[in-house]
Amino acid sequence: MSVKRIMVKHLRLLSIVALLIFSGVSQAAVEAYKFKTPKMEAEYNQLIGELRCLVCQNQNLSGSNADLAKDLRQKTHELLMDGNTPDQVSDYMVARYGDFVLYRPPLQNNTLLLWLGPFALLLLVIVLVFMKMRRKQVLVAPEQDAMAKAKQLLSEPQEK
Amino acid sequence: MRFILPLGIFVLIVGLLGFGLTLDPKKIPSPLIDKSAPDFSLGNLYAPEEKLSKKDLLGQVWVLNVWASWCVSCRAEHAIITDLANRNLVNIFGLNYKDQPKDAHRWLKQFGNPYSASLMDVDGRVGIDWGVYGVPETFVIGKDGRIKYKHIGPVTKESLELEVIPAIKELLG
Repeated sequence: MSVKRIMVKHLRLLSIVALLIFSGVSQAAVEAYKFKTPKMEAEYNQLIGELRCLVCQNQNLSGSNADLAKDLRQKTHELLMDGNTPDQVSDYMVARYGDFVLYRPPLQNNTLLLWLGPFALLLLVIVLVFMKMRRKQVLVAPEQDAMAKAKQLLSEPQEK
Repeated sequence: MRFILPLGIFVLIVGLLGFGLTLDPKKIPSPLIDKSAPDFSLGNLYAPEEKLSKKDLLGQVWVLNVWASWCVSCRAEHAIITDLANRNLVNIFGLNYKDQPKDAHRWLKQFGNPYSASLMDVDGRVGIDWGVYGVPETFVIGKDGRIKYKHIGPVTKESLELEVIPAIKELLG
């Protein structure tokens, strides 16, 4: 392999790696807010990651460039600076926009199916697989007996 | 016989997906229905010093229509809101959402002004309190200051007759 070819090959790999690394960095939250403590800043970043932008419904506040997302980020910052806890900020948003604003839905009566459904399905599949395996064993078991018997029958005359 | 189970699952999935197509993901049920309307105190579009607040409107049934000159579907809705205003059932107040007064004036001059008054929410603060996310939005508020009904997006002829006006008439008693 020539040097040139090796370089071309690695270049390709490098560009793929670069693409993978930098694709995650494209965030829309551009405002530089000041916070009282680093903890508050972490809370802010967590909140805008978990609150949904209502205009562009599959984006969170941090990923959206919509006007409303900008306003809600500002409101989030303001509420935190006023001494509200992250839970209080979430409650503020839910009171105005409903549970839909939360990317992580709370566990309550109308979300039980959402939270427990996957586990119920998993359980159902496990039970089904277990039942099927048992049925197979029952079917296979007498066959093995028959094989042993056949072997015995076949080996008997040779001994005598 | 072998096909019954897969076929059943297929039909079930098609049924569920078909049902999903009839739902509108843009329609988010508002938690504000039957709750007390959020407080506000905003300047009139034509007299900025003149503040109007929720307290001033207690005791009457009124409609809040969120609009902006930059909002294209507000134009489509304008004729319907004007129709509602001409029926003289209730006062309609406009919430001029994130707009420039200059542009708002021009818009009302061009299309006509169906509002008893338009309130200026230049920075969209009051809009957030009311859970506004898709202009235009229309609220019907009762004498006790509770929100009875909310319509997201432009009010159409059908939704005016079938939803907005019945809600108003029920509140008027």
